[in-house]
Amino acid sequence: MKSAQIHAYLSENYTRRRWVDRGMRLVLFLCAVAALVPLFSVLGYVLFRGVPGLNLDFFTQIPRPVGEAGGGMANSLVGTCILVATASLLGIPWGIAAGVYLSEYGRTKTAHVVRFATDILASVPSIVIGLFIYALFVVPMGGFSALAGGMALGVLMIPTVARSTEEMLRLVPTHIREAGLALGLPRWKVILRVVLRGCVSAITTGVMLAIARVAGETAPLLFTALNNRFWSDSLTQPIASLPVQIYSYAIAPFEEWHTQAWAGALVLVLLVFVINIGSRVFFRGDAIGRE
Amino acid sequence: MEASTQQDPILRIRSLNAWFGESHAVKDVSLDISPNAVTAIIGPSGCGKSTFIRCLNRLHEEVPSAGAAGEVLLSGMNIYGEGVDPVGIRRKIGMVFQKPNPFPALSIFDNVVSGLRLGGVRRRSILVEVAERSLRQAALWDEVKDKLHAPGTGLSGGQQQRLCIARALAVDPPVLLMDEPTSALDPIATAKIEELVLELKKQVTIVIVTHNMQQAARISDRTAFFLMGELVEYGETSTVFTVPKEERTERYITGKFG
Repeated sequence: MKSAQIHAYLSENYTRRRWVDRGMRLVLFLCAVAALVPLFSVLGYVLFRGVPGLNLDFFTQIPRPVGEAGGGMANSLVGTCILVATASLLGIPWGIAAGVYLSEYGRTKTAHVVRFATDILASVPSIVIGLFIYALFVVPMGGFSALAGGMALGVLMIPTVARSTEEMLRLVPTHIREAGLALGLPRWKVILRVVLRGCVSAITTGVMLAIARVAGETAPLLFTALNNRFWSDSLTQPIASLPVQIYSYAIAPFEEWHTQAWAGALVLVLLVFVINIGSRVFFRGDAIGRE
Repeated sequence: MEASTQQDPILRIRSLNAWFGESHAVKDVSLDISPNAVTAIIGPSGCGKSTFIRCLNRLHEEVPSAGAAGEVLLSGMNIYGEGVDPVGIRRKIGMVFQKPNPFPALSIFDNVVSGLRLGGVRRRSILVEVAERSLRQAALWDEVKDKLHAPGTGLSGGQQQRLCIARALAVDPPVLLMDEPTSALDPIATAKIEELVLELKKQVTIVIVTHNMQQAARISDRTAFFLMGELVEYGETSTVFTVPKEERTERYITGKFG
């Protein structure tokens, strides 16, 4: 008798539960869609406004003086590449080394402090990093430079690279390290040649995401690399970059510059997009991604 | 008694103790390991048998908070002596683990020669030669000779374990420790490894930890029974399994506990 009651209750409850489940799933689906709306509207709008400004000149010419038609952002494109390369030279080895320390030697008190500091650094507003480099490097050196810009972006990369390296190294099981040690290899060699080697593509993913992040940074470049209306490949001179060029064209009162700023924004978005997708392709080929 | 067990021991273990923080995992163990023989370490889970063999190549101390004390004499030299480099010891005392652990992202060939290559051997001809020799020793050559550059992690579990044996043999250690090498394998792969152990003991001394008493009876010359960190009984396998001296050994091998 009692069991029959329970069964009756359960079956009645089931119908209701199914409807609640459907309702909740719909709500969650709508939330997910809502989260995508800003992304696609930004992409769509940048595409809509940016395409008219794209032409061969955009990629091959430098900015023309005010009042002259035409010109492009070739120097900014090259500048961004130089800045990102400088930042990578500084930020990637430093970040990977820090990540290795945190993962492989990270049980000490020092390591906890380092880990905490890395998290703080990751959340420092990028403009503050720019000011920091300005005070520490630009002022003593007596001027804005590509090197200073690259340093600011490099500092921004360190926490991202360090933490993603640490996470990936932690996915490599302990018994792999032990197998290396048991072969009579010193610990540093096991880490470098076996553990790091085993997750090279996962770490590359983290590195590419860090690059994608800093490639679009504007604020830290304002008082470090500044901007440049002309060609420059010198690390000691101010240099143009896409984000700063977009910023200065967007606030200028000329309609043609606005069009170019939109084109620049489109190129920048596509660049970051390609790096992001590239990092995903990399990750799929990884040994620890599988298993 | 077999001739091999009458030779001078290759490993003499004297008053070996091991800890994990506060817990005393191996308690004052002394025993001799005969060369070119298979010594099996048996006992219930948590009896300290894995910790014991991990002390023999000083791998135990790599675990945070772990420590060991005592003497382990390898051909007369105390590996726990002052100034002894554990890295050098591990080249002489190789190890195969419970779970097959080929290095990720390395090919079969690169896995086998990793100990040599990372140890500084660069001559391709030497690496090629050692790779073939080790893979043959591990009875894996015929199965992989056409795909030496395929990833090691792509092999079956049993093949991976034999690859790990080949990798350990490549640096030519006189002693090979095996920590439950078949517990993750199916019966057919297990049989292959057991056959291999019997073949290998002609060249290397093998100390094998096993959960499986039939396995100890099948392949070992001598057996040590551990219980709660203590060495209860050690002797010829045939004796330990037929007329054990200790009642605790008898109760364990007849399945009354453990």
